Amino acid sequence: MLKMRIIPCLDVKDGRVVKGVNFVDLIDAGDPVAQARVYDGEGADELCFLDITASVENRDTLYDVVRGTAEQCFMPLTVGGGVRAVEDIRTLLLAGADKVSINTAAIARPEFVAEAARKFGSQCIVVAIDAKALSPGKWEIFTHGGRRGTGIDAVDWAKRVTASGAGEILLTSMDRDGTREGFDLALTRAVADAVTVPVIASGGVGTLDHLVEGINEGHATAVLAASIFHFGIYSIRQAKAHMKAAGVPVRLE
Amino acid sequence: MTVVIVDYGSGNLRSAAKAFERAAADTATAIVVSADPKALKAASHIVLPGQGAFADCKRGLEGVAGMTEALEGAVIGEGKPFLGICVGMQLMAKTGHEHGDHQGLGWIDAKVTAIDAPAGADPASFKIPHMGWNDLEVRDPSHPLFAGIGTGRHVYFVHSYRILCERPGDVIAEVDYGGPLVAAVGRDNMVGTQFHPDKSQATGLRLIANFLDWRP
Repeated sequence: MLKMRIIPCLDVKDGRVVKGVNFVDLIDAGDPVAQARVYDGEGADELCFLDITASVENRDTLYDVVRGTAEQCFMPLTVGGGVRAVEDIRTLLLAGADKVSINTAAIARPEFVAEAARKFGSQCIVVAIDAKALSPGKWEIFTHGGRRGTGIDAVDWAKRVTASGAGEILLTSMDRDGTREGFDLALTRAVADAVTVPVIASGGVGTLDHLVEGINEGHATAVLAASIFHFGIYSIRQAKAHMKAAGVPVRLE
Repeated sequence: MTVVIVDYGSGNLRSAAKAFERAAADTATAIVVSADPKALKAASHIVLPGQGAFADCKRGLEGVAGMTEALEGAVIGEGKPFLGICVGMQLMAKTGHEHGDHQGLGWIDAKVTAIDAPAGADPASFKIPHMGWNDLEVRDPSHPLFAGIGTGRHVYFVHSYRILCERPGDVIAEVDYGGPLVAAVGRDNMVGTQFHPDKSQATGLRLIANFLDWRP
């Protein structure tokens, strides 16, 4: 039976983890590779790096991080943030990423998703969707960290990028992100039920029950969280044990 | 020992090579990523990776002059141990039916077709690709590739197409996703895995080590 995935996400800026925590035995909490190794050892199902480096010149630091992680962690790695061109995807894949997530560039130029999927295969093209609630049952996509509205409906957009070849959707509720109040379950369910590709729920995880809800009520097949793992509130292992106890199929080995 | 990972422009081979280096850490094994058919002459073991569409991979392989012939010579002719991964495994089939009908290498009597949702399943709840960790059902526990890897171990899959074998004896392991799918095939000196051993943490590294130890 296919297991539901738990994906810790690391925000990386200029090659350093932005919100690090002092793990036991971790010498450098700001080192993304060291943190990735901790998550690997705890049984994370995949890893996600979100690059928030502002300047293009410092992008090379990200490639070093991806390279270093791929040499030590033999698990799927998704990298997103600032991916604008086919060449960016190629560089990330060559550095060792398995999947690349596209956000703003897909909205600016929707055909980019189809180009990328054709070039590299749908299996490595993730489209990240940042959505905000407009009214019950209606969500709009925002870009630029939630500052810029697009007028695009989130569910329509998910269907469109899937038709273009996206192999997975990384869905973040801008309303919930950072609140620790739990996923926007109505949003997650609306998108997950509208597309045939896997949906990763993101934004708002504060408790382990939220992870269970994302799967059972949101119909996501993967859950992503940053801060509860970064700050050492819960370990991946605890999260998986909790989900298993709640009847969610997870991998424990 | 020299392991040649065949580079024909399909995806990132760096992390695959790293996984082989890790699995081979205790032995004097060279891991070579090469697009040169002549490299297969010196190979003790051959790995054919692959990601994306069947036809693109086949075209990529044919785009490397002499590579298909070199593979035939080394694997069929000389009987060198061979491991196909994901689409690299699917290419072992006679035909692939992704975006049209295409010829494979024809080493395994099999065809590659789309994964179908089980009858009556809600299409939105049956996700394609089959993506994530799934537990193996090992059909041939005596196969050296699966030494120490029993039924129930999890490995990482990502695929929308599956291989259908004509001979049940060629199926080494299966996985359940809306019904049984082939997880590993093989005969004689060749094996193929639908999953990615290089992305499957400890279980994957064990399988790679088993492959490196294999003397069919």
